[in-house]
Parts: sequence; structure tokens; C-alpha cells
Amino acid sequence: MALLDVNSLSKRYELRPSVLARVLSGKRMRRIEAVRDVTFALNEGEVLGIVGESGCGKSTTCAMIAGLEPPSAGTIRFRGQDIGAFGAKALRRYRRHVQIIFQDPFESLNPRLQVFDQVAEGPRALGLWSEAETEQRVLRMLADVGLPPAAYRNRFPHQMSGGERQRVGIASALVSEPELVIADEPLSMLDVSIRAGIRDLLSELAKRRRFSVIYVSHDLSIMKGFVHGLIVMYLGQIVEAGTFSSIVANPQHPYTAALLAAVPVPDPLFRRAVPDIVDDVARPLASLAGCRFAPRCRQAVDICHREPPELAASGNAAQSVRCHLRHRLQ
Amino acid sequence: MTVLEAVNLRVVYHTAEGPLQAVDDVSFQVEGHDIFGIAGESGSGKSTLMKLLLRLLPVTAEVSADRLRYRGHDLLAMDDRSFRRQILWKEISLVPQTAQNALNPVYRVGDQIMEAIQAHSTMSRRAARLRVAELFDIVGLEDRLAESYPHQFSGGMRQRAMIAMSLALDPGLIIMDEPTTGLDVLTQERILRNLRQMHAKMRSAIILVTHDIAVIAELCSHVGIMYAGRLVEQGPVRAMFQAPFHPYTLGLKNAFPDIREMDRKLISIPGSPPHLAPGARSCSFAARCPFVLPECRDARPRMQDVEAGHQVACTRAGEAEELRRLARERETWRSSM
Repeated sequence: MALLDVNSLSKRYELRPSVLARVLSGKRMRRIEAVRDVTFALNEGEVLGIVGESGCGKSTTCAMIAGLEPPSAGTIRFRGQDIGAFGAKALRRYRRHVQIIFQDPFESLNPRLQVFDQVAEGPRALGLWSEAETEQRVLRMLADVGLPPAAYRNRFPHQMSGGERQRVGIASALVSEPELVIADEPLSMLDVSIRAGIRDLLSELAKRRRFSVIYVSHDLSIMKGFVHGLIVMYLGQIVEAGTFSSIVANPQHPYTAALLAAVPVPDPLFRRAVPDIVDDVARPLASLAGCRFAPRCRQAVDICHREPPELAASGNAAQSVRCHLRHRLQ
Repeated sequence: MTVLEAVNLRVVYHTAEGPLQAVDDVSFQVEGHDIFGIAGESGSGKSTLMKLLLRLLPVTAEVSADRLRYRGHDLLAMDDRSFRRQILWKEISLVPQTAQNALNPVYRVGDQIMEAIQAHSTMSRRAARLRVAELFDIVGLEDRLAESYPHQFSGGMRQRAMIAMSLALDPGLIIMDEPTTGLDVLTQERILRNLRQMHAKMRSAIILVTHDIAVIAELCSHVGIMYAGRLVEQGPVRAMFQAPFHPYTLGLKNAFPDIREMDRKLISIPGSPPHLAPGARSCSFAARCPFVLPECRDARPRMQDVEAGHQVACTRAGEAEELRRLARERETWRSSM
């Protein structure tokens, strides 16, 4: 059984114009489908990457999995149990097992808490252990993330560098021994020279403590060597899914191919091919009959504007693709 | 022609916790039509350096320099008032980091650029309007968009509008602060591509301040690497990427991912930057450097030429080949913890 089973997950937000705007300019209520029909499974010990541009629904998907946002439709099963059916008590227990590492270590730590209290806050709030046991576990956790407790336990966030703060963020997420960790762009605010170190720390702890990771980012190059499976999202939908290495080696969806072509390369002699995509932005409000990517797709044909494509296996079993032309593009 | 010549720029911030040497003996030159990248991580002093050039530093900052010249004008001899009247916008302009939010939401984009032109020159309204059309053409925006409001623009279009504004008075030098930070990869790729095309059409040199090595590789002709307030290495971009000399540059190269190299393991630089107390004796990178020698802690290395136009501040610059080989090994960087 998969650790996490996400089935046809959707989230709609309603944009209600004010009464005045409705009367004067005839604006009507509009809906944004931030997440539409997202389905995937995550096994124990697996690291899954989710990649996509801002507004693709990756963070909303994570918020629903973490139990912070109710889905508009679809189910999330954790060890076979539907988290939508959880009462308050079960939800608390669930939150212990599913933890988040936040993007910004400058914003996510309480500026008035010392490191020890910051990391102990979660277990204390959940009433997990006695104070003595909490102390023991927090100190061990700090050592595990590379912050020697003697030097760090009494520090405040402002006395630490960005990398040290993100280590505190990781310790806070891991101390209650979660089975699933959601890391939403955990490296993007950090200096380049230390990013790999923080990523490797997370990777090593995931192996040692056997938790699964959902790793969300718009940066494919840093996922390399860390994530196993990869999901590519565009305007709320999964457009391509498969193993990281197969997708990077052979992207099948035109959007995935464009994303890969746009990845910055630190080599002044390298001249990239211009990504084969219409230079426009994703428009979440446009209501389309066909494929959501069609307005930016250079290959789009008639059917793409008429019928929404399904996510389906491509010729190669390691990938599935949401594209009418998937057989032609290979 | 030398556009900007800076010799021994220094900035000390006087804070409640004591003085901080944010920029320390920084010297560099920007020539003709160069794009000069200033790369550094948080706390490296790159933003302070940029603010110094634009005179945007707070009063708690104490600035000194041996020389600072823009196309022969001695900027050190100029008071703030004349700097604002004669240099800012006309000769040196800025594209701020949050270019997408720098436009006033309640005025038409074209009017805002016209206002900037008229505030800093004697151009007539009519001439200014024609100039806006010209600028829009350079940055690749359609003429008619001058009538739009900022909210009708995408982030990338707003950035182009800000670049159009910075070009308005045909300055010799444009300073761009993190032009693509926080943008999605596709948007970033498009902006870098546009910047390259725009630069080909303008006469200005550019100083590009960023923490992103890939942006440097894509755009710049020259780059200076800053660490803890000092320039540790500078030179032509190709030489700097192919055969860097300074251990910090070597470390950055290891730490930066490259999607083309699936098998290369990334290596971080252990530790964090030092406290910036003035008067430090040792090399600023000594505490994190895997190749540190006792003398590195006794005296700061001076910038020395290693090739034409390529300078390095490292006592072991002569052993670069050996250091490059060692720097590729993960063990090398672990031992210095």
C-alpha cells in the first residue's frame, strides 16, 4: 500500500466581484481552478519532485495534503485512510506525521524563540512527550541537522545565517518523527554555496529516518540526484509524470521540454536553444474548451483547442503525458 | 573608453553593535559596452557597492575611496546635489530589483517615462513622447502599450518598461539589481534573452548585480566575485568560468548545479561568511578555505594579475592548477569544517 494516495484532487477558488462592480460593469463571479484532477501515489521512503511555474497549483496541492486547505473534490488517503473524514483529534495526529519545511527561513521562525524552544514547540503543542524526553529528542535532532546543541540551543534567529536557520526549520519539521515531509522550495532563499549541503542533509536524513518527501520547486537542476519521481504541473494539472531521470532525458510534453530548455546553465560558452513555447504567461482565468496549454503550444492542432487531453501512458512505460500529440512527438 | 573607474572603494556602516566594513578596498573598471557582473552571496557587500555608486547609502554609512571616475568626471569631488542633477539618470541609471513593482499603478506607463525624461532634461513634451516610442521599440514593447497602466502588463513587460525608463536619457551606464531574481525559469530565460538583444541596440555599459552565477554566464562579458566585502577575483567571464583561481570561485563552481551533468555531485562550501569588523588582518575567506596556509591568517592577499585583465586576491594563485584539481574532490571541502 502506498503511503499517500492522492485521487482526483481539485481546488476551486471563487472570485466574487463587489456588488458595485457587478452592477456597474457587469462583472460576474469567476472561478479559478487552482488544482484540477490531480492523481498520484507516493511510496514509503520515496522522494517525489513537483515542478512548475508560479500559479501551477503545486503549493495548493501541498497545502491540501498537509491538511491546511480542504479540497473542493477528490480524496487524499494516508496509509489507506481518507484524511477528509478525519475529526479534529485524528487530524492532529495526522499533522504530526505530515510536516512542512518552509521556503523562507527568515520568515518561518519565530524571532522571539531560541532555537531549543523553536524546535520543541511542535512536540509540546502536540503533547507528545514528557519535558525530559522532549529535551533529549530536541538536542539529538539539533545534532542531526549539524547544529551542535551546546553552541546553538540558546540562539535567536537573528544570530544565525540563512543556512543555519533553515537547519532549524528542518529540525522543527523532523523532531516529531513524521512519515511524510513536504518541502516547498526549501533552498530558494539560501545562498548557492550552501544549497547543496542543505539538500544533501535532507536527503541523508530521509534515508536514515525513513520518511518520504514531496519536494516542490521550480528549479529542476537542484532536484537532480535527490528526487526519484517527478510531476510536472501546468495551470493546476499534471501534464507529465514519471521518473526524474526519464523525464529529464526525454521530456514528452511540450511544456516539460520548454521548462528543461530554460534551465539556466552556468557556462558562458553554452548557447541554449530558445524554448519552443509561445512567449506569453499562463492565464488561469481563461476558460478553455481544450488543452490548457494549447494557447502557448507551438504544436497545437485543431483537437487541442476542442478537447481536453487525458493523462495517459506514453509509448515508454516510465512516463505519462497529458497531450493529444504524445504519440506523434516522440 | 573607460566608463567607470573605481579604486579602493570602502564603506563602513556604524551600527549599534559597532562598525561593519561592508565594502573593503574594492577596485574595478567598466569599459565601453561591457556588461560587468558583480556576483556575491548575502552579506558580500554587492548591494552596498551598488548603493555607493548611486549615492543611495544611509547616513550611517561612511564612504571613502581613492578614486571614482565616470567617463573622466571625478565623482568624489561632486556633491549630492550636482550628482543628482548631472549624473543620475542622465549618465548612470538604475533598474531596481523589484522592477515589476517600481511603476506607479495609477499613471499610464508611457506618462511615467515621459515624466522621468522631462524632470531630468529640457526635452519638450512632443520630443519626450517620440523618445518613449523609440524606447519601447528598443525594449520590444509595442508602441500602443504606452497608453496602458502597469496592472495591464505582465511581470516581464513591467520589467521592460523599467529598462525603457532607465534608458530614457541615453546614459553611459545602467546598473541592474538582480534582474531575474524570484522569477520562474521560463520568464527568466525570456528576460535574459531580451536583455541580450536590447544591449546590442544600446550604447550603455551595464553593471549587473546578482547572486546568480547562471545569469552572469548568460549575460556578462566581465565579472567580479565579491566575498565578505572584498573583490576576491575578477576578469573576463570565459576565463573565470573555465579556469578560476580563487578557492571561493572554485567552491561556487562546485556548488552550482548544471542540468547537463547528471552525474556530478554538488559540493557545498562549509561554514558561513565572517563577521565584518573593520581592520581584519586575515584573508576574508581563510575560515572556510580548504587550502588555507598560516600566512593567510596574518595578511590579506592583494589583488594580483594572473592573466591579462584577470586578477585574483589569493596567496596561492600560483598553484591554481593543483588547487583546481583538489577542489573537485568532495573530501577537500569536508576536511576544512
